[in-house]
Amino acid sequence: MPSASEGPSIAVDRLSVTYRTSIERSPTLSGTLLRLGRRQRTVRTTQALKDVSFEVPKGTVLGVIGANGAGKSTLMRTVAGILPPTEGRIEVRGRVSTLLALGVGFNRELSGRENVVLGGLAAGLSRRRLQDKYEEIVAFSELEEFMDMPMRTYSSGMYGRLAFSVAVNMEPDILIIDEALSVGDARFRRKSFEKMRELCGQDRTILLVSHALGSIRDLCDEAIWIHRGELRMADEPDAVIDAYTTFLDVGEDAVTLEDV
Amino acid sequence: MSTDTPNSVQETETGPPGARPTSVLQRDDELSEHHVYEPHRVGLPPIGTYVKRLWERREFAFELSRTKLRAQHFNTVFGQLWLIINPLLLALVYFVLVDILRDGSRGPQFLAHLTAGLFAYYFVSDSVRQASRSVVSAGRLILNTPFPRVLLPLSAVLTAFKRFLPTIAIYVPIHALSGLPVGWHLLWTLPLVALFALVAAGVGMLAAAAQVYFRDLASFLPYVLRVWLYISPVLYFAQEVPERYRAILALNPLGAPLTAWSQVLNSGHAPSADVLGLSLAWAVVLLVAGALFFVSREREFAVRL
Ligand SMILES: Nc1ncnc2c1ncn2[C@@H]1O[C@H](COP(=O)(O)OP(=O)(O)OP(=O)(O)O)[C@@H](O)[C@H]1O
Ligand SMILES: [Mg+2]
Repeated sequence: MPSASEGPSIAVDRLSVTYRTSIERSPTLSGTLLRLGRRQRTVRTTQALKDVSFEVPKGTVLGVIGANGAGKSTLMRTVAGILPPTEGRIEVRGRVSTLLALGVGFNRELSGRENVVLGGLAAGLSRRRLQDKYEEIVAFSELEEFMDMPMRTYSSGMYGRLAFSVAVNMEPDILIIDEALSVGDARFRRKSFEKMRELCGQDRTILLVSHALGSIRDLCDEAIWIHRGELRMADEPDAVIDAYTTFLDVGEDAVTLEDV
Repeated sequence: MSTDTPNSVQETETGPPGARPTSVLQRDDELSEHHVYEPHRVGLPPIGTYVKRLWERREFAFELSRTKLRAQHFNTVFGQLWLIINPLLLALVYFVLVDILRDGSRGPQFLAHLTAGLFAYYFVSDSVRQASRSVVSAGRLILNTPFPRVLLPLSAVLTAFKRFLPTIAIYVPIHALSGLPVGWHLLWTLPLVALFALVAAGVGMLAAAAQVYFRDLASFLPYVLRVWLYISPVLYFAQEVPERYRAILALNPLGAPLTAWSQVLNSGHAPSADVLGLSLAWAVVLLVAGALFFVSREREFAVRL
């Protein structure tokens, strides 16, 4: 039996993921029957990841960059075990927490408190542990007065703050943050950046997806660049970001503009 | 496709992970996790691991049910009152309807049969209705958290069960006032309620998974459920069903359990062996079919929502 302390935290081996989406806006039985009658194809396939391989050693902070629709979120969902791979294999050692982690906000009619509790329980936390965590989450998000309001009344910044607070306070072995650093106002961004710096300094594997290249540069030990579903580059953050910005042809200005 | 074997989500328990100095809190699970994700065709995940996870996260199902009830004002006086008045009114309306059709020949005994049957039927149909929505309405949670999805429809059955409980309070006086026998045989109601729950869970899982693929099932479901009531021995006694319609009763998963239900509550004796056997067979078949269908499909839900 392999020991958990051996080997990398995450090993992705020749991973491909294909989405099969129904072309209908929402799939219906009557629609399917109609189209079967007309012998039309009902699904469209999108290959979101092609033959991606990389390893993340334990304790590494890995930055993931790439254009919109490159497949970053898909990769994160596969590592978290939410999407099954179409081909290839992923090995993960440790408990994973995804951002928007815990599906916070899965029901906008429910209050912030109910969403945090339900999300935490679904993610496998015990009630006792969740109770301790809950206080920390609320304190960090500074949303005390709003926790009993339905989440549909939250502003998008408040929404993001709560999601970020949940994600970073769960103390998983592997933390996945998919574009959460740019939520909130300037003050909360500073605070979340500080929190990220603290987390990155600990012995924890982190995958950080962000378009804020400045934070990737500051926080990460390594970086990968995904381009149209393929792994374009894996190296030191500086090298990857330079190549990426050169490729995008935007120059450092555009990068610093969106910095935390 | 490199392999046909089901996606193996293995968990090797390998002792405590390295101490984490920053963690003040004691971790509940001192076991570290090891997952392997591989491709699968439609197939079952390793059942042992699945059941283990399901059990670990049962609190989620309880809490979800509690939250749903809170949203339905279950905790308020009016909410509770509504849960009692609504089925009671329906029972009275159906009673008058059947009594008119039968030229006023129905007595209080029949009212007791009708109420008991109706409440049991509503437990099942309420479960199925709520379960059918459970997966589709949890989109974000499913996209962001890996957990045994089957907790969603099961939680719906639990919610329906809690809504069923207050109706017992209406039935008890009706039973007593109709002069129906009271005795140890009434204990048979407990396993029968369990049978109803199994049928509800089985059909609920089928409906929940099917809804992911065919969203318009939501609009068919009320018709299906209404027909289900009419072909069940609720608005009439099972023994009144003419020979040529007997097959419908046997093919209806609720036919046998509702017959047994009336035998215990109304006729005052233990359910006959054949009826009980058929009930059990239907419950097991539906539960297994529902679970297999749901669990073999659930890993696909994330890409389908
Ligand atoms: N649920 C889905 N069904 C079908 N196709 C999808 C789904 N989610 C993503 N895709 C497709 O997969 C590809 C990769 O999407 P993904 O969300 O992984 O991109 P991303 O790198 O996270 O982009 P962004 O920077 O905008 O967040 C895109 O072409 C997208 O259209
Ligand atoms: Mg994304």
